Amino acid sequence: MTTVIYTAHDGTETIVEGTPGVSIMETALRNGVPGIVGECGGSMSCATCHVFVSDETAAIAGEMSELEDEMLDGTAVDREDCSRLSCQIKLIDGETYRVTTPSEQV
Amino acid sequence: MGANQHDATLIVGASQAGVQLAATLRELGDTRHIVLVGDEPHAPYQRPPLSKAYLQGEITSDDLIFRTGDWFVQHDIEVVTGETIAAIERHADGGGEAVTATGRRIPFARLALTTGAAPRRLDLPGIDLPGVHYLRTADDAAAISTHLASAGSLVVIGGGFIGLEVAASARKRGVAVTVLEAAPRLVGRVVSEQTSAFYLDAHRRRGIDVVLDARIAGIEGESAAAGVRLADGTVIPADVVLVGIGVVPRTELAEQLGLEVDGGIVVDAACRTSDPAIVAAGDCALMPNPYARGTLPRVRLESVHNALEQAKVAAATLMGDPHVYRTTPWFWSDQADIKLQIAGLSTGYDATVLRGDPETEKFSVLYYRDGELLAADCVNQPLDFMAVRSALGRGATIPPEAAADTSLPLKKSVVEPTAPSLV
Repeated sequence: MTTVIYTAHDGTETIVEGTPGVSIMETALRNGVPGIVGECGGSMSCATCHVFVSDETAAIAGEMSELEDEMLDGTAVDREDCSRLSCQIKLIDGETYRVTTPSEQV
Repeated sequence: MGANQHDATLIVGASQAGVQLAATLRELGDTRHIVLVGDEPHAPYQRPPLSKAYLQGEITSDDLIFRTGDWFVQHDIEVVTGETIAAIERHADGGGEAVTATGRRIPFARLALTTGAAPRRLDLPGIDLPGVHYLRTADDAAAISTHLASAGSLVVIGGGFIGLEVAASARKRGVAVTVLEAAPRLVGRVVSEQTSAFYLDAHRRRGIDVVLDARIAGIEGESAAAGVRLADGTVIPADVVLVGIGVVPRTELAEQLGLEVDGGIVVDAACRTSDPAIVAAGDCALMPNPYARGTLPRVRLESVHNALEQAKVAAATLMGDPHVYRTTPWFWSDQADIKLQIAGLSTGYDATVLRGDPETEKFSVLYYRDGELLAADCVNQPLDFMAVRSALGRGATIPPEAAADTSLPLKKSVVEPTAPSLV
């Protein structure tokens, strides 16, 4: 079991039980969590699944690829040090993830 | 839930546009029962990965679902799979009743058509032999994937996005691949000559054989496809043949309902068909598009973005709050390690600017008309794509002379509009 806690721009929290191996973006879409668009289905083409991750989540989220790094330069809300594309973070069994979604994705 | 089924909204077509339309109705506060009907035997799923990650074995069909079954139930959205709507009767009050091919009757108060498109069929001797495939559905992709597992060779008929994506995926699996394109260049319907020329070189570098100006005589084989015969008599061996020559919008129901159809279901900017009580969205819809800048009265777009955005507009219209569709069109295609992102519509362009060197496999082509930026093809250049998509979205432009200067990030060269945006 794995848990994702999504905090919206306005502070609203949504807690979802995820499936290991599925991304934070897909988990949000499948469960109708607002604040993540993910138009390209996780192929790193749209940068509409931008999230800010907690320090604990950053530590288990895996390395950022060069392409993800470039795409983050074009997000609707400017990137911060803790920015990631949530399609690139695949859930690991037993872990809990905390992400905050930006005010805009498009 | 569903207290009054006769008050229901019927959405015909359970793919990208249909699911989004249902979801947006809920976001807008609509509480009426929704029936979402799809003719495939699967819960609604994403199609774009079928030719890419799915065919490469990186993901399975379980990874493709849009929403969980629980989400649909919690939102009172009844998903009907494996049923084709055979006929729709309208009542004087605007509602009506649909009948499926198996005789199931679905009453509705509001109707949305998100019927999508079907692969264009090829008429050739031998085309019905086993081993000849089209790719639109998850079942199509599963059949191709299974067949490729034991195949030594694939011939792809059609050098458009779907054909090239499948070609690249099969090549990655070690299959010998030949692409046959009837036109003098690849993806000719969509991209510039520079981008076409790049794809020809890039795929050949990766070991794919490409034949341009191909004239195909038929599919060879006794009990199954064994090769593709060209008009000059050459036979290219093929254990598997994929036909990817475009799609035809599914307009049968719209025609039966007497709606205006012209190579797509004709809609206005708020997704209303010629019967304003019925909306249509997605690949099936032919709509005025500000990004065509007057060169075409209406445009039919085949893309995820368009399906999502039109579905949102259609949902708002059904809620009595029609919006005008005015979002920047964008498209993507992943072939091997080559990421193409297209922003805008290049229709009617009179000049292009090449930014970067195609030999490096990182470059962009920007399209102009009368000096105004229309669109860009960006190959492995996500920052160029983001800059152009964002500029077009707010009516800004990038001067052609600045666009070619790779010493500056493209977004530094954007010139903001002086007057309110036309698009």
